[in-house]
Amino acid sequence: MSFLSIKGLGKRFGDFVAVNNLDLDIERGEFISLLGPSGCGKTTTLQMVAGFVEPTGGTVSVAGKDMTRVPPEKRGMGVVFQSYALFPHMTVEQNIAFGLEMRGVTGHELRTRVGDALSLVRLDGLSHRYPRELSGGQRQRVAIARALAIRPEVLLLDEPMSNLDAKLREEMHIELRAIQRHLNITTVLVTHDQVEAMTMSDRIAVMHGGRIVQLDTPYNAYEHPATNFASTFLGKTNCLVAEAMPSAQTGEGQIKVGDATIRTSPYNLTGKVHAYIRPEKIHVRPADDSGLTGRVRTKLFLGSLWMLEVETELGPFMVNVPNSAPITCGEGDTVTLAWDSRDVKVLPCEESVHA
Amino acid sequence: MPSLGASRTKHAPWLLSAPALAVFVSMLLTPLVLTGLLSFYAFDSQRGLTDTLTLANYLEVFTDGYYLEIFGRTAAMALLVTLVCIVIGVPETVILSRMQGRWRGIFLLVILAPLLISVVVRTLGWSILLGTQGLINNALIAIGVLDEPLRMLFTFSGMVIALVHVMVPFMVLSVWASIQKLDPQVEQAGLSLGASRATTFVRVILPQLLPGILSGSIIIFSLTASAFAKPALIGGRRLKVAATAAYDEFLSTLNWPLGATIAVVLLVANVVVIAGCNRWVERRFRSVFES
Repeated sequence: MSFLSIKGLGKRFGDFVAVNNLDLDIERGEFISLLGPSGCGKTTTLQMVAGFVEPTGGTVSVAGKDMTRVPPEKRGMGVVFQSYALFPHMTVEQNIAFGLEMRGVTGHELRTRVGDALSLVRLDGLSHRYPRELSGGQRQRVAIARALAIRPEVLLLDEPMSNLDAKLREEMHIELRAIQRHLNITTVLVTHDQVEAMTMSDRIAVMHGGRIVQLDTPYNAYEHPATNFASTFLGKTNCLVAEAMPSAQTGEGQIKVGDATIRTSPYNLTGKVHAYIRPEKIHVRPADDSGLTGRVRTKLFLGSLWMLEVETELGPFMVNVPNSAPITCGEGDTVTLAWDSRDVKVLPCEESVHA
Repeated sequence: MPSLGASRTKHAPWLLSAPALAVFVSMLLTPLVLTGLLSFYAFDSQRGLTDTLTLANYLEVFTDGYYLEIFGRTAAMALLVTLVCIVIGVPETVILSRMQGRWRGIFLLVILAPLLISVVVRTLGWSILLGTQGLINNALIAIGVLDEPLRMLFTFSGMVIALVHVMVPFMVLSVWASIQKLDPQVEQAGLSLGASRATTFVRVILPQLLPGILSGSIIIFSLTASAFAKPALIGGRRLKVAATAAYDEFLSTLNWPLGATIAVVLLVANVVVIAGCNRWVERRFRSVFES
């Protein structure tokens, strides 16, 4: 029996189906991300779990208890909002104490628990500041401390990092993940940032058109995307439109792209297919006759890697070369691209969102 | 020619504001100063205005129980109207802000309607409604709530009701501006922390509406304290307030200096009360106003 269980959850706004018959089982202490572009229904799903939006179908239950009709103030879930939603007229301390006061915590215990929450997010000493006197990162920490001070069994994060700058965001990813592990609190994160989802989650639920199109660990979701949408949304990838071909030998597949035949990982499809290969799986060699030959059109230095765009007869390829050894090719050079056939994933061309 | 350019830049603010300043000085400042001066002249019932300068007018206003009662009534009326406007206007605005587009537009128009109607029509309308043979009394008698008509016209309550009607829009508009600045997620945050809707409103939403409530109250208090038409027509001759008393001194008794004195005292009292309240509220709820 999973801890947080969502069954057949749906939300319609008039004719528009925001969330479509969504099932999701989350274990106690698990960190799940709902990842998808805006309008995919991820925020609506979170709002239904929190109780702010009433579902048009389905149930939400926590530890076996049906929460679907329980008002938000009785659910006892911690929520961190995109805007942080701090109370501007209260100090940091009063903000954090608010939820505890609502639970009748007073006096010494109140002060201790506010203090604990502040140390948890490393904000000791700022308790008498007002939110407007804090930086964006500090406000975010207050919002997290406020949500955690009530010791919720479920923590809901609604795009909490989207207002932070990139460097701060990375630090918060690591820190928030550490806090979540430390407290072993069941957490649902809503985000459109795939890096955020991958860094923090135990499992990622990739959402598209009001449904979960893939639910898997970050590694599996990235390495073995189940749908075209998942492969393009999670990380960068090269896509080839191809024709399925009968397998030539076991443990391998092959496809036809134009006149060329390309060996792929095994698949079981016919007709038109899409083949995906990640930029970091492609190796660049000085030109020879052994693979796909192309001309380097652009070469960008991104610090940890070089990003090349190579023009080939099969179309442009994006290639990442790790910055571990000096790079030999330059713009305009002719190079050969090679890869392991297992890194070419084949998916059906047509995919219905409602499949 | 840098010198000319510099002098033009220097004089530009004055030149640009000259038209407004001219209007301000000729239409507001001059009459105000003249009224102020007038209040220091002695008045003789036989000879009218004399050349003697005196403080007798102020002494009369501050010692005569008749004028003290008038100022007391004015203050009570302004305070009561302001309070009733807060009690009605704030919930009204909150409800309005949660309405859907079209209904919101209709109800906003209904709320603002009193401001669109001429003051005379509006006031006489209330006279018709409130009169002994008026619509309200007749209706209440017809459905059996009253046996005999309730006296509403020429009463303090009647005055307050009619003034609240026209003042509420100012509260709604001021609070509306504050509500627009409110983060909609703040209410959800209150709920998620275990506060009921009522508690969330009182502890989270209401404090953030204070700046709007304060500015609405200032507008309403000052307009009510110097209101003339409603007290004159609905309050009647018996229930004088500062504005109607000043009018009577000028036009009936022809004691211009005393009328001027009442006007000056009203103005100063208004400024003192408003500035004082403003400072007190801003200090008391500093956290809300600085953000």
